[in-house]
Amino acid sequence: MPDATGLELIAGELRDQAAESVLRTDHNRGRAELEIAPSAVRPVIGFLKERGYSFLTSVHGLDYWPDEPRLGVIWELLNMSNADRITVKTRVTIENPVVASVCDLWSGANHPEREVYDMFGVEFEGHPDLRRILMPEDYEGHPQRRDFPIGGEEVLFTYNEPTMPGWTE
Amino acid sequence: MEIIREPLGGPDDFRSSQLRARDMLRGDLEGPDLEKYVEERILTTTLDKAVSWARGNAMFPATFGLACCAIEMMSIVAGRVDVGRFGFEAFRASPRQADLLILSGRVSIKMAPVVRRIYDQMLEPKWTIAMGACCSSQGVFNNYAIVPADKFMPIDVHVPGCPPRPEALMHGILQLRDMVQGDPSMGWRDRYDAKGTEEVLPGNIGADAINVLGGGESLA
Amino acid sequence: MTEAGLSDYRQQEESITMAQVPTEGTSSELLTLNIGPHHPATHGVLRLIVTLEGEIVRDIKPVIGYVHTGIEKTAEQKAYWKVIPVVERMDYLSYYFNAMTFCGSVETLAQIEVPKRAQYLRVIHMELNRIMSHLVWLGTSALDLGAISMFWYCFRERDAILDLFEMSSGQRMHTRYFQVGGVIDDIPQGFERNLRRFIATMPERADQYADLLEKNEIVLQRLRGTCPLSEERLLDIGVTGPLLRAASNPWDLRKAAPYSSYEDFDFKIPVGTVGDNYDRYRVRHAEIYESVKIIEQALDGLPEGPHITEDRKYALPPRHELATSMEALIHHFKLVTEGFRVPEGEAYFPIESPRGELACFIRSDGSSKPARVHMRDPSFVNLQATAEMCRDSYIADLIATLAMVDPVLGGIDR
Repeated sequence: MPDATGLELIAGELRDQAAESVLRTDHNRGRAELEIAPSAVRPVIGFLKERGYSFLTSVHGLDYWPDEPRLGVIWELLNMSNADRITVKTRVTIENPVVASVCDLWSGANHPEREVYDMFGVEFEGHPDLRRILMPEDYEGHPQRRDFPIGGEEVLFTYNEPTMPGWTE
Repeated sequence: MEIIREPLGGPDDFRSSQLRARDMLRGDLEGPDLEKYVEERILTTTLDKAVSWARGNAMFPATFGLACCAIEMMSIVAGRVDVGRFGFEAFRASPRQADLLILSGRVSIKMAPVVRRIYDQMLEPKWTIAMGACCSSQGVFNNYAIVPADKFMPIDVHVPGCPPRPEALMHGILQLRDMVQGDPSMGWRDRYDAKGTEEVLPGNIGADAINVLGGGESLA
Repeated sequence: MTEAGLSDYRQQEESITMAQVPTEGTSSELLTLNIGPHHPATHGVLRLIVTLEGEIVRDIKPVIGYVHTGIEKTAEQKAYWKVIPVVERMDYLSYYFNAMTFCGSVETLAQIEVPKRAQYLRVIHMELNRIMSHLVWLGTSALDLGAISMFWYCFRERDAILDLFEMSSGQRMHTRYFQVGGVIDDIPQGFERNLRRFIATMPERADQYADLLEKNEIVLQRLRGTCPLSEERLLDIGVTGPLLRAASNPWDLRKAAPYSSYEDFDFKIPVGTVGDNYDRYRVRHAEIYESVKIIEQALDGLPEGPHITEDRKYALPPRHELATSMEALIHHFKLVTEGFRVPEGEAYFPIESPRGELACFIRSDGSSKPARVHMRDPSFVNLQATAEMCRDSYIADLIATLAMVDPVLGGIDR
């Protein structure tokens, strides 16, 4: 991980390029994290790729409910020459969940971004084929949002067997 | 020189049965000798029982591994718990050639129609084993994505475990084999008329049972 | 069923596209073939929509999601301790690695120190699991290629390893052996003796597998030179693990960013040269020997000490203390009913699983249940490489490549 000063230097360079791109930096328990504005995703990640963090390990999403803005997208970047990792995070709202896609930088971002779309509803602009990947194509709803019900069956015992629909006639 | 003839040892002696066979071929065997001859050689049974015996000893499972239970299903084919002892090692890839579907693993909602299609493509008579907790009930995963197999297809044997040991799956398969071979103590479950979790024994099939030979209206 | 009513999705499932492809003289048609999800030669329920020109593959579209289990959402409903069995069932051939990455993530967040003995025990079990995963891969891949007897030999060894797992934890698969802070229980008497017996015979057995396969002309023709992919393309796709090492990039997290005392052990990283199917096979086969070496070193150097952290806020106290100490009883009660609370924050813990970089991302909101658990599975990203690998090769090479890529659908679909 770049240590705290390294992270601040990178954040400083990014702020020099575009003033409002970096919202926050966080260096905590060995993890260097940059929180950026959603509009600055492509330039920041492109810059980091030039800087040596040329391997995209993961793109994943999360739902910060009840904090707003709810949907977060996280990119984990890796610098293979000195085994450095940096995390880039952005947060978007449910009403406007649009983030730029990094598929043109790394073609391997295709499936992970589709998964974030499927599970959270974040739309990636510039993605060649944004459709559901894990759920059936005609599924409605985004399952991993925190307000989506967990679903599943009520556990069947003999005492509630008569009340389960269709189980006995 | 004196010729000493050894007396015949009795009716079960090999020599006497050879002589009986010779007489049979000549057409000289009569009465109780003929009956004994026939008894020794012919197994009488009903056609149903014979067919069930044959079916139970040579079931072709379909290769249907979904998740972790599939690995344990593969290990019953391996050497330690050898399913080839019972004649079941010929796993058929095509459902048209298989008669046992071992659902091994979790059935997700995207997979459920596919499983049903494969089950429909199998030819009668067919049996299913729900191997593991995930396909019998939902197992560890009581959520939006998993379907218990009972909801869309009839299951004959549920094998519990997560994953079941190969020996447990073997026990389930042997139970199924006993059911197929018509062992009345197994309580053959009439899957078209069973209600809830009761077992329907041959004696208490109701008069309005459908599709049950001998227990209501005949198939016509 | 009319054509007009079909959605795009259903139209993809149609079997013939009738697209014309100009070739010398005659023009040939592109055939869209659906392989799977139920197919004997896929490793799990993977569906491939393959566009063929004759027998040559022009494009592949993998369709996944047929074992999507909602593991990540289920994990949000359970206490951290209870998430371990749920998460173990994700990549079902490398269950110790799933548990390790989850526990490592929680330990990073809660800043728990894992005792040295627990780290060594974790390494032993993880390397045994690596050997087991490679054995299953080897058996099923050889089965796909047609070398059917390999299956029985590999599963014989696999049963020996599962006996060892049963000895240490009571279960053959999905053992719940790794807990947050260490391992659930110390190894019993006789485990070391059985393990030494196993690692004494394993290298010779691996030699026998090599003898069976590597001099066989058919295996060589099917694997040598088929479906190579260059290192730059692999890095662009994000592929890690034996696939990347077969393309001559020696990236291995056990050496690059060691975790759980891997820096104490001396082992090599097998690396291929060309990046074709044969190299992928050789890299995984060679890793079996290296894992045996690691296990031997770990056994020789196994330190004394506790098998789980002494911090009673996270690990259950030993049962004999419950009779004498009130604090132990209270800790036990709190841990079993509510579970431990993890401080707020986010953590990402990557490890080297048999298929590549496996990582767990946890977001904790301070309560006893995780707010988000995401497993970064290597096969999910590696699967994107199969389309590029198999372009313009025969359909038989497609089957061999799928076998060599070693996708485990449980991890892909989660």
